[in-house]
Amino acid sequence: MSDVHFLEVQGLEISAYINMPGEATKTLILVDNISFTLKRGEVLGLIGESGAGKSTIGLAAMAYGRAGCKITGGTMKIDGVDLFKLSSREINKVRGTRVAYVAQSAAASFNPAHKIGDQVIEVAIEHKLMSKAEALDYAGELYAKLGLPDPENFGNRYPHQVSGGQLQRAMTVMALCAKPDLIVFDEPTTALDVTTQIEVLATIKHAIKDSGVAALYITHDLAVVAQVADHIMVLRHGKMVEYNSTDKIINHASQKYTQDLVSIRAMQKQEQAVPDSPAILQVNNIAAAYDGVTKILKDVTLHLHAGQTLSIVGESGSGKSTLARVITGLLPPMQGEVLFNGKPLSSALKNRSKEQLRDLQMIYQMADVAMNPRHTIGQIIGRPIEFYFGISGAENRKMTIELLEQIELGEEYFDRYPAELSGGQKQRVCIARALAAKPSLIICDEVTSALDPLVADGILQLLMSLQEKHAIAYLFITHDLATVKAISDSIAVMYQGSLVRFGQKSMVLAPPFDDYTDMLLSSVPHMELGWLEKTLANRKMQSADN
Amino acid sequence: MAANNHSLLNLITKRLALGLLLLLMISVIIFAGTELLPGDVAQSILGQSATPEALHNLRLEMGLDKPAIERYSHWLSNILQGDLGTSLSSGKDISSMISGRLGNTLFLATTAAVIAVPLAIFLGLIAVLYRDGIVDKLISITTISMISLPEFFIGYLLILFFAVNLNWLPSSSIIYSSMGILEKLQAIALPCLTLTLVVLAHMMRMTRAAILNVMSSPYIETAQLKGLSSFKIIFHHALPNAISPIITVVVLNLAYLVVGVVVVEIIFVYPGMGQLLVDHVSIRDIPVVQAVGLIFAAIYILLNMFADVMSIIANPRLRHPK
Amino acid sequence: MNINFLQSLASHLSWGARIGLFCLITFALAAIFAPFVAPFDPHQIVGDVWAPITSQFWLGTDQLGRDILSRLIHGARNTFFIAGAATLISFSMGTFLGFLAAVTGGKMDQLLSRANDLMMAIPTLIFALVVLSVLPANMIVLIVVMGVLDSTRVFRLSRAVAIDIVVMDYVESARLRGEGTLWIIFREILPNALSPLFAEFGLRFAFAVLFLSTLSFLGLGIQPPDADWGSMVKENKDGIVFGIPAALIPAAAIAILTISINLVVDSILSRTSSLKGGR
Repeated sequence: MSDVHFLEVQGLEISAYINMPGEATKTLILVDNISFTLKRGEVLGLIGESGAGKSTIGLAAMAYGRAGCKITGGTMKIDGVDLFKLSSREINKVRGTRVAYVAQSAAASFNPAHKIGDQVIEVAIEHKLMSKAEALDYAGELYAKLGLPDPENFGNRYPHQVSGGQLQRAMTVMALCAKPDLIVFDEPTTALDVTTQIEVLATIKHAIKDSGVAALYITHDLAVVAQVADHIMVLRHGKMVEYNSTDKIINHASQKYTQDLVSIRAMQKQEQAVPDSPAILQVNNIAAAYDGVTKILKDVTLHLHAGQTLSIVGESGSGKSTLARVITGLLPPMQGEVLFNGKPLSSALKNRSKEQLRDLQMIYQMADVAMNPRHTIGQIIGRPIEFYFGISGAENRKMTIELLEQIELGEEYFDRYPAELSGGQKQRVCIARALAAKPSLIICDEVTSALDPLVADGILQLLMSLQEKHAIAYLFITHDLATVKAISDSIAVMYQGSLVRFGQKSMVLAPPFDDYTDMLLSSVPHMELGWLEKTLANRKMQSADN
Repeated sequence: MAANNHSLLNLITKRLALGLLLLLMISVIIFAGTELLPGDVAQSILGQSATPEALHNLRLEMGLDKPAIERYSHWLSNILQGDLGTSLSSGKDISSMISGRLGNTLFLATTAAVIAVPLAIFLGLIAVLYRDGIVDKLISITTISMISLPEFFIGYLLILFFAVNLNWLPSSSIIYSSMGILEKLQAIALPCLTLTLVVLAHMMRMTRAAILNVMSSPYIETAQLKGLSSFKIIFHHALPNAISPIITVVVLNLAYLVVGVVVVEIIFVYPGMGQLLVDHVSIRDIPVVQAVGLIFAAIYILLNMFADVMSIIANPRLRHPK
Repeated sequence: MNINFLQSLASHLSWGARIGLFCLITFALAAIFAPFVAPFDPHQIVGDVWAPITSQFWLGTDQLGRDILSRLIHGARNTFFIAGAATLISFSMGTFLGFLAAVTGGKMDQLLSRANDLMMAIPTLIFALVVLSVLPANMIVLIVVMGVLDSTRVFRLSRAVAIDIVVMDYVESARLRGEGTLWIIFREILPNALSPLFAEFGLRFAFAVLFLSTLSFLGLGIQPPDADWGSMVKENKDGIVFGIPAALIPAAAIAILTISINLVVDSILSRTSSLKGGR
């Protein structure tokens, strides 16, 4: 039975209709001629950048199109029955029972008004597959199998009462509970911290193997999908780029695009030596809280030299963004001081001099909301030049265009609005705006996290070439260790508001490690087959040794 | 669990205390609004042509020579004891003037609310269930017109049609205490219908928006991907989360009801608080205006308080804290 | 850019909105040129009491025998002027204080917001009746009372709109650059708040028309011998029970005016919200 391709997808085409009042309806093809097959117990990874159409394909496996999307061609056969030919009543019988779905954000996908347990068994009960007692028993079994705490009572809790990692596992239980043939996993670990991701990834892989279910695993992270998939399909702009076994994709990719995706994490900056000069930024014993009581930062001390890059790395809740707010003056600290160019910075923004403000610039994670949508690119970049240096008119325009050329955009962007630019271009404009002030230090807050890997790579390269040219120091805040390796001279590792490790890159990334840094470093997926098993086995050995 | 209930109770107590504080502040504003605004109450009652002697006497009689704080605390303590003072124009006890009329107004407003609230929620659900269909569009066009209509236009149109042309119902709604409940209901049929129409459109439009907002949540997509029926999705998954916003919508519209009832009472010559208020505003009988205004404001604030508490209880995150 | 925006707006108005716009312009022109378009003197008795609609009296005559059409045209002046002036007051007060509360935050925001909550805790009509019972009955008092009471709604909306914008990174970026409060209000926030506020202006004006009419209907707005549409309803209401629809004519005029505004605003709102994604 397991040799049979129970799922056959042929020539799948999905279109979006864009309706603007007063205009003709525009049709946009989101997914173009996609075909694949799947055996029971097999996992197919769908990988691509945002807009590649991978989630749309996943939802099509349930004959579901989000608002505005319509399946316009092809077949989706499960055991020979084409889902697209079924009536809506018949499709409802398939959804949840034969094909189930695990969403990216379990926190948003559980109904806050009902208990987790009731939602987990809902499919089995509603479709009359089990009695309530049977369903509850089976769910309890699954909670235990997926390593959820207190499996007998876990179902009695409400979604907001458990952690994100637990909720993501509970969502997998919900999908498994009705014993479906196929589960669609849509970026199930993307919203999680890297140390949580590895555990959830392991449980998902185990659950798939254990139940013999087939799976479509959708993600933008090739290293993650390499751990769970038997086959991988690489997608771009709704079209198939390459479709092969996982081994072939990772080790012998035939397409340029796939090769780029595989080698993405290879970039490494040559570490600069520690200069004799005093640090440009010196943070001394900073503690801070938003409410004046709960300390988000505890006694943090670190420094950064002119023209170098310091990466602050940590997971959500580590306090790394709070540290940036303290340095910029948005959050006055409870204790400690910040020295900039050897002089203390006032803790409040309004007491800082214009010269100090100019010399310390910031770039944000979401370039979309970091630029006023009603200002043109020329106004956005030109404003700091006018504000700090009093230069306006033709001279201002000339300098702005020079900056546009430095970020590899041309004069033709001068009169455009942010909404007309792509994500990567927007982030480049934000870089130019910071550069316009001629600063000696730029704080970069997760500047590449919202971008697709290849675009992010381009931004990092731009930042590094600008650093060489203008000798700017970067304080780089990120959760992504690959980025850290790529750009840093020195690294600070933060955990729950404290600094756990700080020093030159070569020192921080070399053993002996403290426990947290060890776990953090070892949790980052590698672009190799079998990495997950190897890492988990290592950890088991280590804990056995202790 | 005990601790959980405790924190919920705390939250509710806080809300109630806040409501009472608000009520106190409102009494200050109403007092200040009538006593401390430019001119002098005695002057405005007697008019520009009054003799200084008459003015002086009236001021003494009203206690206007005493400081404002003293007059306020005197006024408030009397109200708390149920003494609303005496009318300037008729010299009657205000409490006795109000007692019957308050009941009448509450009767009319409650009947309208009992009809309008469930109907609005039901129609809102229908509009969501068939959204972007003909029913939805029809409801949407009707409501946008209804929102724009003044109460008296609806009221007189109904009178012209049902009372004058068809002669089915009385044009003026005179009721007295000896009437039976059915007779009373027949008498208030037209004002009640007017009020319902006035409130219905707003409430329905906002209910529809509140439910649609919930319907765009990812957990509704989860429910759809579980293969549940639309009925089950709306009633089991959307509605429990829409209760809080719907309560807010209902309460927001009670403001229209309070304002509407004043106008409707004038249109149908209905013996309620609204008519009393309007009559005494035009003859500047300030104690009566103060008392009636305060009662209207108090009812409105109490309803708001009640709704606040209800939506706290309806929120699962507050009911089952971490 | 603003001209382009308005042009694209006009070309995409729905049919309902175009009819609404036509009615609005007709009413406005009639009000402006009242002495030239009105067939009769609005205060002069020209016919029988409650004369029916004839070729001489297009909309009949009122309870004293004056021409309803002429009174309607002249009354439009009062209605438009008072409602418009009250809306301007409520808007300038409401948006300025609302933006100020959102931008400064902290104690200033608390103070303004709590005071606003307090004002809103009393239904507007009740509040207005209480205040009008004390103040002298004239047009200025009426405009100011209507404007101040309505500014609470504008305050709430503009504060909410501004708060959504204030948390944006581009505003934080301007603060970090060292820009002043006025730059942030007028250059960063205002351009992004214009379309919701523009729509709200229409809705507030419609509400002001209804509110003024209601006050006049209750006998507390425009005082005779002046007239607006609301007081014309009041004057003619006794005819209704005899089946004389004279009171319904000014009432219908009010209804057409407010429906027209709502249709136009509704169309603009749906247009701008669909613009959100692209530019």
